[in-house]
Amino acid sequence: MSTPRLVEVRKNVLKQNDVIARALRDRFRHDGVFVVSLVSSPGAGKTAFLEKTLTLLRERYRVAALVGDLATENDAQRLARSQAPVKQITTGTLCHLEAAMVQGALEGWDTGKLDFLFIENVGNLVCPSSYDLGENLRLVLMSVTEGEDKPLKYPTIFNSADVAVITKMDLAVAVEFNEAAALANIQAVRPGMKVFKVSAKSGQGMEEYLNYLAACRAELNAAEQVESKS
Amino acid sequence: MHELSIVMSIVEMAEEEARQRDARIAAVHLRLGLLSGVVKDALLSCYGMACAGTPLEGSELRIEEVPVEIFCAVCQAPRMLSSTQWFCCPECGTPSAAVVHGKELEVCALEIEE
Repeated sequence: MSTPRLVEVRKNVLKQNDVIARALRDRFRHDGVFVVSLVSSPGAGKTAFLEKTLTLLRERYRVAALVGDLATENDAQRLARSQAPVKQITTGTLCHLEAAMVQGALEGWDTGKLDFLFIENVGNLVCPSSYDLGENLRLVLMSVTEGEDKPLKYPTIFNSADVAVITKMDLAVAVEFNEAAALANIQAVRPGMKVFKVSAKSGQGMEEYLNYLAACRAELNAAEQVESKS
Repeated sequence: MHELSIVMSIVEMAEEEARQRDARIAAVHLRLGLLSGVVKDALLSCYGMACAGTPLEGSELRIEEVPVEIFCAVCQAPRMLSSTQWFCCPECGTPSAAVVHGKELEVCALEIEE
């Protein structure tokens, strides 16, 4: 047998996911819906934060959520208390959401009738970082109870996200949370990253964060209008 | 652990190339960025399993790790980071989130036997 010959190929391994994510992003832009995804470790407070977000935003906007969970439908049931439409994506043993799962979950939904769509990923700070879901904004959450060095332990996920949210601020004093250290660690792995400090329980910081989401959505829609006119 | 599904995509991709070229694949070369979110050792450990029963059985996975490179706005140059925990220019210390390299997850070459 001849000696092997080296052939250059250059193929993105996640191309299939990226193609679907791009199609989703185009659809969302066309429909004028702003899509926010949430990633964090298990127990960082994604569901409580999302429930509060949906409840408050529902007063002014049309909102809905998709929620990824390994096995249960508990999160969807909790989120349904916000009265917003919620759909569960049960991933089985899969540790992250992929664009195709989002696409499948949206079947039968008219995203043109939404202003905001939230996608809660499976609780995991490793695997979700590689998968684009077509979202406009990715939030990475860390709670005050987890330790200030979370960003240093998981730099990849912080780098893949756009905004950091520190949750459970109502417990900060009780757990002696070192806010300055946490903020410095976030900036070390993602210089310039915007950070919100919130408590879904007390409502602290929620207004500022929701105003930011509204501003991001307005900015994107304005850009879309300019583009569709030209 | 999402490496198995990633390895299976790699195998499928290489199988398709092998079919098109009517050749046997001896090795797959992968470029893996340190910010790709994928672990080298985990890929290597499931590669053999993913290849079993496919035309790639017995082939090798060769992984080239790609370090993180940022663009420094002050130096106006790309700079290699020595740690993913400190996104600052190693020359002048300016923080930068402009990642130039390090997110790669691509099959870059195949060793084929025709």
